Amino acid sequence: MAYMHIGQDFVPPDVAGKVTGRIKYAEDYTREGMVYARLLTSPIPHARVLEVDDSEALAMDGVFGILRAGDVYPDGEPQSTGLKILTDNPTLVGEPILALAAVDEKTAESAIAALNVTFERLPFVLDPLDSLQEGGPNAYLGGNTFGQQGFTEAKWTTDQVASFRAGNTPAEDLATTGPIPTFVIGDLEAGFAAAEGGYVYEGSFTTAGYPHHSMEPRSAMAYWEDGKLYLHGTSQSLTALANDMAGIIGVAKEDLVFINAATGGGFGQRARANSIPSMAIPAKLSQKLNRPVMMRITREEEFTIGGARQGFQGWIKVGFRPDGIMSACDLFVVSDNGGKGGGADAFSAADCISILYQTEAVRFRGASVGTNTAHRGAQRGPGQNQIAPIIAPIMDAAADALGMSRLDIRVVNSAQTGDVGGPQGTPLTSAYMPEALRQAADDFDWEGRQSRRRQRNGSKVTGLGIGQGYHNAGRSGQDGIVMMGADGRLKIHSGVGNLGTYSYAATSRAAAEALKMPWESCDIVTSRTDNHLPITSPQDGSNSIFTNTRTCYGAAMDMVAKMKEIAAADLGGEPADYDISEERVHQIADSGVGMTYAEVAQRAMELGGRYTGEAELPEDLHEWTQIAASRLAGSAFMGIYHDPAHSNNPPGFTVTCTEIELDLETGKFEILDMVSIGECGTVVHPQGLKNQLVGGAVWGIGLSALEQHLYDPQNGLPASTGYWQSKVPTYLDTPVRIDTGWVDLPDPENPVGARGIGEPSQGSVSAALTAAISDALDGHIFGAAPITTDMIINHISGTREDAVALAQNNYRGV
Amino acid sequence: MNPQLTRRRFIKGVIASGAVAGTTSLWYAANGQSRPAGAVERMIRLNVNGQDRTVDVAPQETLASTLRYKLGLTGTKLGCNRGECGACTVLVDDVPTYACSVLTHSMKDGRIETVEGLEAPDGTLHPVQQGFVEALSPQCGYCTPGQVMAAVGLLRANPNPTREQAREGLAGNICRCGSYDSYLDGVMRAAEIG
Ligand code: FES
Ligand code: FES
Repeated sequence: MAYMHIGQDFVPPDVAGKVTGRIKYAEDYTREGMVYARLLTSPIPHARVLEVDDSEALAMDGVFGILRAGDVYPDGEPQSTGLKILTDNPTLVGEPILALAAVDEKTAESAIAALNVTFERLPFVLDPLDSLQEGGPNAYLGGNTFGQQGFTEAKWTTDQVASFRAGNTPAEDLATTGPIPTFVIGDLEAGFAAAEGGYVYEGSFTTAGYPHHSMEPRSAMAYWEDGKLYLHGTSQSLTALANDMAGIIGVAKEDLVFINAATGGGFGQRARANSIPSMAIPAKLSQKLNRPVMMRITREEEFTIGGARQGFQGWIKVGFRPDGIMSACDLFVVSDNGGKGGGADAFSAADCISILYQTEAVRFRGASVGTNTAHRGAQRGPGQNQIAPIIAPIMDAAADALGMSRLDIRVVNSAQTGDVGGPQGTPLTSAYMPEALRQAADDFDWEGRQSRRRQRNGSKVTGLGIGQGYHNAGRSGQDGIVMMGADGRLKIHSGVGNLGTYSYAATSRAAAEALKMPWESCDIVTSRTDNHLPITSPQDGSNSIFTNTRTCYGAAMDMVAKMKEIAAADLGGEPADYDISEERVHQIADSGVGMTYAEVAQRAMELGGRYTGEAELPEDLHEWTQIAASRLAGSAFMGIYHDPAHSNNPPGFTVTCTEIELDLETGKFEILDMVSIGECGTVVHPQGLKNQLVGGAVWGIGLSALEQHLYDPQNGLPASTGYWQSKVPTYLDTPVRIDTGWVDLPDPENPVGARGIGEPSQGSVSAALTAAISDALDGHIFGAAPITTDMIINHISGTREDAVALAQNNYRGV
Repeated sequence: MNPQLTRRRFIKGVIASGAVAGTTSLWYAANGQSRPAGAVERMIRLNVNGQDRTVDVAPQETLASTLRYKLGLTGTKLGCNRGECGACTVLVDDVPTYACSVLTHSMKDGRIETVEGLEAPDGTLHPVQQGFVEALSPQCGYCTPGQVMAAVGLLRANPNPTREQAREGLAGNICRCGSYDSYLDGVMRAAEIG
């Protein structure tokens, strides 16, 4: 289908502000009379605050006041896991206990140093298996897991823990626990029986949890004026986050103005209000002190409250039939929930196996257990991406054992349109994985390079890897608003957060597409909620492109329908007799009979009522959108739409091929070539897609080879609070060039054929790179992410791979 | 060990044992927002973006703090404030420099350039900025001013770098969004624009 805008590059309106430094992030704002908040954070991993003597601190010159947990939770702190605004029961080092405001930060720090705080030290734990062991410490006061039954205490026998650590098959009656459900798809026994004569792999694995480390620390500034709260903050999801933030702060939705023109990265931990409740601190302090309050967050604080991926200690058994079909997969994962409860990563990992490999039978069991380490939450492909590097070398081992090519074993196990996946057997909206695999193989010359596989060049050996990534990539049920004034310009109101994907702009173009308008005649209205923006789904789960092209397109089509009604009423005939082109609505039979968009907008404003949002709004509009629409009503011609919920699964898929050269003397490797292909329906914004592919590639390299999460086992102090210690990939860790491409076939459940892509782009690179490392080492399966240089050297020299204490995360090697 | 302890006692203990926990108070002291007791503040003259600016600078104040909080040049970003990320990169006498890791007092004789100083008076973007726009190099944009300044410094020293040289030249600037490939595209485009 030929589009005006879809599939074309454009210059998003915020790019100039980014290259000139003019665009403002929360910390760039200032306000007259602004005071500065600093945090007292917990110096110990698990404690109860017994007493705070603040008399000396509050008497100091330049100190304005203090905010305690009791101020923000007058009825007591929530009895659950999850980040709190402030707490008197810290469950990790660095958790905010109180905030103090002063004339400047140094004075605030001095006052905090003058506080006399008495803690009761509580037992702490860094490894979920230590907590699972009978008699082991619990990370939380109420137990070591939190689920629908509230806090519970899950324990295994000492023998069970030792057996799991040793990588033995988990017993059938091994207790599962935590907030995530276990599931079985198909007949597991039959699946493994079918693998007799084929190939069966069984082994244990670990994947590191590691911090998000978004580049912008989650600073925020707040002030109150005329009963309204103005909050300069950071967010992946403009209206979705503001909608829930109002509840956390305790302000009416209509009285919250959330200002967030740009966000310095999110990767999952700025998508929802409950992942960033710290923004309530300046809001509450400002209310208490009646002054604007700036709270700058340091890198160390960002590490602590900014979230981390869940780490896995797992066991997996995979069976392949003689024809290469993955007939069964049995997965047991002990997930590290950190100090504030975690996500459902392990469940998503098993769900991903079912969808990505179309496995005939899948069983998932697990235990989700707290530790007194950094807050865990959704991080780019939570679960799907941890399991990608674990599965890829197993696929290769199966291919080698069955005499198949490593490409073919993936093709025979790949998802296609009409397939279903996951515990509910949810249909995919469309899927073109075989096409993606072939395109990646062709672009990379996969077959041609096979002769280089495992070739030696001095101390160096070549490894080739191919990998796949998947994430659910689309939602529905959200709202859209477009407006047009008498100048005929289209105002596309977008509640989509500006987290760096440009999806707020790319999805807006679906409205321009529906109205066949040149982009120069369109403006995106966004950045602050008093611009009256519709609700969206949080910008997590790679959903924005699918979700918000549906709403923008729908709102614009509502405007088109209204244009045709107005034209038919004024010029004669039926609405169906009219079409649109070149910013006019005109008769199909005689295009000379019509009105310009400016004229029809003017007429709509004269007519009012449903044409300007004063009557007959769509049913089921979200409350947030109703507030926005009521404030826009009567001001201009309005197109408004509520997107009905749809039930199928729009997948985002990627495939990556890579070639590395691994030095057997140093354990280091260099990525010589990499090709990543996206399979995300019709491409909306090629440069934006390319950025998601290369950005995901860098994250995939971090996951497979670098990023770590270290804690001092004696005191529970985090040892990787900075970029350098957590080993975030740099330019020199990544290839000189990453080639990208896309399949570009439409999805039938999206009006412009599009689906999302942000998360799988990491999984496929991680899978391919891990497979390439394994390939270079004669197919050795480490069962780990990351695979560090030390581990490679230890393997080559025949030493235990995890022999280095604190090698990669808070439990492996401790 | 006594299960009850005060925070002050804990911190003293940490210091006495020689362990170093991440401390933010020293970090904030460097912001120079208030005068340390007994210290003498001085008005100094800085050359920033071709203009002489007179500014009241505390002895321990970093250049990043002065630029952001005294001169209002918030294009210079703080990602880590400890010399790890490059978000604060400015040019001092054409050399890319972490503004969070140099004291403003040491800059008195330097020619400081920030991202705000690159555009022509008529608003024309600098070739690096233009190259970055055309390649859509930024993602979230928080590291972008630092990447821009590192690239300007590189191209002044080497107007026609290879892609490998550009990669080496920008290696001190982390991009958590992972937009390295697109930044390199932008640098190569900037070299073409000249
Ligand atoms: S802010 Fe200066 S190097 Fe990170
Ligand atoms: S563009 Fe986000 S950190 Fe570089």
